[in-house]
Amino acid sequence: MLIIGCGNRDRGDDAAGVLVAERLRQLRMDVEIRRGEAAELIEAWSGADDVIVVDAVMTGAPPGSVFLWDGQHPPASHSSTASTHGLGLAEAIELARVLGCLPIKLRVYGIEGRRFEIGVEVSPEVKSAVERVVRRIEAEVKPCSLNQVPMNLRA
Amino acid sequence: MSGRGGRTIRVDTLARVEGEGALYIKMAGERVAEVKLKIYEPPRLFEAFLRGRHFSEAPDITARICGICPIAYQMSAVHAIERALGIRVDPAVRLLRRLFYCGEWIESHCLHVYMLHAPDFLGYPDVIAMARDHRAVVEKALRLKKIGNRIMQLLGGREIHPISVAVGGFYKTPTKYQLRDLVDDLEWALEASLATVRWTAGFQFPDFEQDYEFVALRHPDEYPFNEGRLVSNRNLDIDAAEYEDHFVELQVKHSNALHSVVRGRGSYLVGPLARFNLNFDQLPEVARNAAAEAGLRPPVKNLFRSIVVRAVELVFACAEALRVIREYEPPAAPRIKAPNRTGVGQAITEAPRGILYHRYALDEQGLIVTAKIVPPTSQNLRRIEDDLREYAAQLVAWPIEEATWKCEQAVRSYDPCISCATHFLKVVLEREDTRVGTEAC
Repeated sequence: MLIIGCGNRDRGDDAAGVLVAERLRQLRMDVEIRRGEAAELIEAWSGADDVIVVDAVMTGAPPGSVFLWDGQHPPASHSSTASTHGLGLAEAIELARVLGCLPIKLRVYGIEGRRFEIGVEVSPEVKSAVERVVRRIEAEVKPCSLNQVPMNLRA
Repeated sequence: MSGRGGRTIRVDTLARVEGEGALYIKMAGERVAEVKLKIYEPPRLFEAFLRGRHFSEAPDITARICGICPIAYQMSAVHAIERALGIRVDPAVRLLRRLFYCGEWIESHCLHVYMLHAPDFLGYPDVIAMARDHRAVVEKALRLKKIGNRIMQLLGGREIHPISVAVGGFYKTPTKYQLRDLVDDLEWALEASLATVRWTAGFQFPDFEQDYEFVALRHPDEYPFNEGRLVSNRNLDIDAAEYEDHFVELQVKHSNALHSVVRGRGSYLVGPLARFNLNFDQLPEVARNAAAEAGLRPPVKNLFRSIVVRAVELVFACAEALRVIREYEPPAAPRIKAPNRTGVGQAITEAPRGILYHRYALDEQGLIVTAKIVPPTSQNLRRIEDDLREYAAQLVAWPIEEATWKCEQAVRSYDPCISCATHFLKVVLEREDTRVGTEAC
């Protein structure tokens, strides 16, 4: 499985995907960090069958809301902030579909952001959503994590 | 003003540009009354972030200004600081920096030519629609862009936010073997770039030539990246240290970005067209021949043809990358010592979109006292408005939707990076009797 966190650390809540990636790395998971530009994302997931992408979104929902889309029903372009580049995650999914290189299984976690200005702090709502997404992905990827190991097998 | 024909072109969100902005053009009869390229993105505060930081942090901080051209920011930063410190890097480091810039040019030009600009000429709203009919073309573009990215990853140390560039050299330099590993890809990329020149040369271009002042670096022995004098077709010939004597930044009400002008003359053009026109003789033969076959002879004064010029620069970047790899011998040390000392240094390098000026003043501890950064897009902004004033006048009889589309295309020809300049883009074309589009922000 390939996990990609995208966004820009320097633009407030746009950092959500990157923060999830960094937390998962702390949990010793192999995660890629990308800006979220379309060509770069297609390149990153080429050859992978099972992909999770985490990005900040702006849908009008309360900040910190977490969405889960699958690759067959991706977020509409306008709902994905993907910061300031012309082609973002929604376009990457659509372009990959047209080119026949969409991973068989693709899930997108979208974290609703509130503020995206350069240099601002990540909002508390998004920080808390990051932790929820981390736990969710960890549970998906590590169905047999330490917590689920019987007590008598623990060191 | 007469009621006849008064209208406004407005594009509230310019598509396929880097950043956020809007275009507003007001026409009164046959006359263009007002052109405003509005920039919404909050002004860049990087010049202030840099104050009080040690010079060694400047390449990493300035790389964050732009996700598309971080290398350009790193290059201008290290060259300016090296001048302030009075140090000169190893020739092998100089070569590697050229290779690094090749990677960024390939990635940035490929993105703009294929993904952002070509849909305009082929009549598609975006690259996704274009890919439905031109799948092989888009696949080729993705492969080409990936090759640029491979260079940047190898020399930059990671996928995004390169971290290997240091004042005095690199933190780590590649082996000859690592560079040779790029050769097969680059030979393919060179052929793909030649095909890109032929492909774009077949597009239809509006008949629109302007009398530009082209401004670019010029070096006696090479097509410019990191070094050279700043020259123009109007007798400008200066060192980077003299830049602020000849260029001034003006504040305008409608934009967060400053407008840069040549003192006493006004707007000017930086980027691929300027470089090509002022440095044609320095292009390698393969690129000169490709340009000639595409019917490009300097001076090219039609901005819409910049897509073909970018393709020629793709050829150059691939050929130059191959040359560097052939000649490369690793430096004795990845970097030379950069001692703390007081000084002021200026440097100009050629970002994919044009010249990028940096100036740093350092104190005796090597801390940055002041920093000044003038990105290429802010240097082109006044020229974009001047072009639109001329171009919109040709479109007065056109249906508003088509005129709006044409004006957007004109702006995209500049490949504006508004994220960098604000320090972005939406378009509005308004006649006094008609209003098309949504309200401006």
